[in-house]
Amino acid sequence: MGVKDGKRILIYIVGVILVYAVIKMLAVTGVFNPYWQRILDQAMIMTIGALGLSIIFGISGQFSIGHAAFFGIGAYSAGLVTKSLGGDIFTFLLALAVGTFMAGLVAFLIGLPVLRLTSDYLGIATLGFGIIMKVGFDNANKVIPEMGGATGMTGIPQVANFEWIFLFCIISIILARNFVQSGHGRACMALREDEVAANVVGINIFRYKVLAFVFGCSLAGLAGALYAHRYPFLHPTNFDFLPSIDFLIIVVLGGMGSLTGTIVTAIAWVFLLEGLRAILGTTFLEWRGVIYALILISVILIRRQGLFGNKEYGFLAPVVRRKEARNVTTES
Amino acid sequence: MDYFMEQVINGLQLGLVYALIALGYTMVYGIVKLINFAHGDVFMVGAFIGYFGFSSWGLPWPLAILVSALCCACLGMLIERIAYRPLRYATRIVALISAIGVSFFLEYFCSLKFMFGPNYRVVQRPFDEVYWSIGGVTISNIQVLIFCTAVCMLVGLQYLVMRTKMGAAMRTVSFDHDTARLMGVNVDRTISFTFGIGAALAAVGGVLYAIAYPQIWTFMGIMPGLKAFTAAVLGGIGLIPGAMLGALIMGQAEVMTAAFISSQLRDAIAFSILILVLLVRPCGILGKTQPEKV
Repeated sequence: MGVKDGKRILIYIVGVILVYAVIKMLAVTGVFNPYWQRILDQAMIMTIGALGLSIIFGISGQFSIGHAAFFGIGAYSAGLVTKSLGGDIFTFLLALAVGTFMAGLVAFLIGLPVLRLTSDYLGIATLGFGIIMKVGFDNANKVIPEMGGATGMTGIPQVANFEWIFLFCIISIILARNFVQSGHGRACMALREDEVAANVVGINIFRYKVLAFVFGCSLAGLAGALYAHRYPFLHPTNFDFLPSIDFLIIVVLGGMGSLTGTIVTAIAWVFLLEGLRAILGTTFLEWRGVIYALILISVILIRRQGLFGNKEYGFLAPVVRRKEARNVTTES
Repeated sequence: MDYFMEQVINGLQLGLVYALIALGYTMVYGIVKLINFAHGDVFMVGAFIGYFGFSSWGLPWPLAILVSALCCACLGMLIERIAYRPLRYATRIVALISAIGVSFFLEYFCSLKFMFGPNYRVVQRPFDEVYWSIGGVTISNIQVLIFCTAVCMLVGLQYLVMRTKMGAAMRTVSFDHDTARLMGVNVDRTISFTFGIGAALAAVGGVLYAIAYPQIWTFMGIMPGLKAFTAAVLGGIGLIPGAMLGALIMGQAEVMTAAFISSQLRDAIAFSILILVLLVRPCGILGKTQPEKV
């Protein structure tokens, strides 16, 4: 199988380069103007964050409605690093690391007590944490003046270009995919399906809950850190309750437990919202929210299992299962 | 000390409004295990209908409350019919997303110009605020009104659930839909009725809120809705006394924080209490932990 594995990896690498080349060509020829380029960057940042929630909720079944708070922790802590140290490449990478690490650290500290709760109680506790963090961001300027508090944080060097975001988006997808395909990911799926049964077969369920939560929130922190270096204005309302709901919508609409679904839905969701703005024009702009709500309700009524169900496609599909399937067909 | 007592009464006022919203949440949750996110927006619609009732349509204010409650009861049942009933046997998260969709729809649709419009409106109270001083503590007639209405609603609701045939049906359905159906309970109608009652309570809460805090807009339902739901969880979701207790605690926590610590921290303190309580009692104050079944 070694040759085939190598061949497949080669195909994926070529695929990624092709996608990059096509987008770059569209940008150079002017089909993709800077406005849409920004939207694309936002879509990829949302993808990274949504992958995090997909691992927490879709894969491991831990209901979290406070995901945007970790996105915010990443954004603010990374922003602080580059704002105080300057915006060259090394500080930028340091800022990304700090943002990711801080989000993971806070997730670990809050996860230890909170993940003992289950289902809706966990959801409400994470929601409460999100609102507490929002109050924290609102009043952060009293401790650290650079964070701006309720007026928002500005002055972060805008060094995250399309290449960086694309690179980290691909890295996040690979990380998430490898996590899910690993034994750890399988353990997380087991505890999503049935905690008691998972416990009985020897899975330390609490450990895996914390692991998935910290990993997912670190991805949110990475997304936030990129966001801080792409959009010049950080405001506490960006990391409030409603953005957390947006992540939740993306994960459920994509299909619980499907990373493919999360990625496709995250990109489609961002482009849908911006596309509606472009289509409706200024006269009908107020209808945007109404149409978005109607699309949301109809999609969930028509496809309650989410757009992709729990299936994975292409690179994200489980490798082992496909090999087995192939063996079965050749034998029979 | 007088200042403290006044804050206690302010907290009671806020808590009772939360209680009216929380009851709807807790009843719906008890019966279909759904976090009805659209409930806060039904509260908003109720506030607007009440406001139009006593300001534009010239209804006397008790009648305006009644009209608002009736309209919202219909709205609640309509939402249930369209957005939740088709998903009743889907996973709960799917119904939750549908509820979020309905919530967005109500907010944005009501913000359209031919509906309520996107701007804040200042509510002209249908009666003047009168203050009475009882033993050094000042109480306004609005507080008395809220107190009386909320207590009547609660007693009425407790009677409805515990003493009437419909209440028995509701309790049966909340145990098990299939068994209830076998016992001859019309499950669909019972659930629909529950949504109606919950929405009517939210509407009453909405009108009282608009009278007490006289500024309304179409996104006003989000935070009270969230806090009322939090209150229901705090007290033990699915339990009517729990919702009441949780709402009173939330109200006091918020008002006391605003009065004695910092008004900016009120949400943070209220939700910190929630998290701390859940860590000690994972199913709320009055909730009972289910034994783990294999």
